Amino acid sequence: MTLAPTPGQTVGPFFGYALPYDGDSHLVPPTRPDAIRLHGRVYDGAGDPVPDALIEVWQTGPDGAVPRAAGSLHRDGYTFTGWGRAATDRTGHFQFTTLRPGGATPYFAITVFARGLLDRLLTRAYLPGAAPEHWPGATARADDRGFVFDIRLQGEDETVFLAYAQD
Amino acid sequence: MTELAAAAASSASSDAASTSQAEISAEIDAIAQEYDAAQVVETDARLDYPPYRSSILRHPTKAPHQVDPEGIELWAPVFGQRDVDPLESDLTIQHRGEPVGERMVVTGRVTDGAGRPVRHQLVEVWQANAGGRYLHQRDQHPAAIDPNFTGTGRCLTDGDGTYRFTTIRPGPYPWRNHHNAWRPAHIHFSLFGTEFTQRLITQMYFPGDPLFALDPIYQSIVDPAARARLVATYDHDVTTHEWATGYRWDIVLTGSHRTPTDADTEDDQ
Ligand SMILES: [Fe+2]
Repeated sequence: MTLAPTPGQTVGPFFGYALPYDGDSHLVPPTRPDAIRLHGRVYDGAGDPVPDALIEVWQTGPDGAVPRAAGSLHRDGYTFTGWGRAATDRTGHFQFTTLRPGGATPYFAITVFARGLLDRLLTRAYLPGAAPEHWPGATARADDRGFVFDIRLQGEDETVFLAYAQD
Repeated sequence: MTELAAAAASSASSDAASTSQAEISAEIDAIAQEYDAAQVVETDARLDYPPYRSSILRHPTKAPHQVDPEGIELWAPVFGQRDVDPLESDLTIQHRGEPVGERMVVTGRVTDGAGRPVRHQLVEVWQANAGGRYLHQRDQHPAAIDPNFTGTGRCLTDGDGTYRFTTIRPGPYPWRNHHNAWRPAHIHFSLFGTEFTQRLITQMYFPGDPLFALDPIYQSIVDPAARARLVATYDHDVTTHEWATGYRWDIVLTGSHRTPTDADTEDDQ
């Protein structure tokens, strides 16, 4: 039996009072010694920042293990759930406080939603040097606090978005 | 809206304000005809759908890069009782009084493409009130705010993949895509599957809405059978005596690759 998929629709302009929540982008407290920052800006095809996008991150911890703990919506300050959410601000900027992902090819799995974007987009933000050979897109770049990954929805430097092979 | 606000709005979107519904409908029809002629079935919304003006600068132009899901992508985040209070599934009890409008229950099952239930997973909803007004700063539609209705809810699916919300039927609302543009009534749904690749945000609609044909967001799913999957069904077995009308809407999340583990399939994890 194969059921037809339910199509996606845009997140629209009014998610801001529904989806963000206290602590959404703090996968770990910023005071934790091994906390890093993952941040960036979302741009449209004219190079203008997108102030009404929502970015989600899903990642392993430094040990490379897939987190299986609940608690992302009410964080206890100690449990690493591997998942977070950040709305962009007026300048299109988003940021997460998190841990460095581990494993053989460490990356942040990223989901992008925005007003004007009719379905979600998925991508990988590989750590510098971690992407497979011939990876067609940009990787995250290091800065003094962690990593930067800008998202360009359209244009010359358009982010490489992913389609996953079906069974 | 005050005259000043109306003037500011129209100068900020003068292009949009000068486009008529007839022009938008003609664009929608042209794309529909081209889709019919191509005889290739599409199941998703098109990202590049110019009748929805905000999509023009916000859709990728390059084909997505094909990959096999690996590692973290074969899993989804876990949400549990710590995350969601059972009362969050009732949007009508968040304030002192009863909200205005038609009280209704929306329920359905979340499954993958093979019909396997998505168990104990997070479902988030948000919506306008009965008058078509969101409790959001940017919603300038001059309809009443209902002090007894926020319009946000959450729940976890049960062991059978079933979700259930009690809410108020939302009203249609105007938007600025073009002159006299109105959205059909809808509830926004956010869903997680058992894998990262199944993540879905979409909108649930109501049967027979006269605005369907006019709405570029609904019509961005160019296949008629595919967009009909976003329309709930009235179900008198969900309707409750002297309390609420009932709608059923099942959701299918595809993109499943990992063989389900005990943790996915056991009722009480
Ligand atoms: Fe909406």
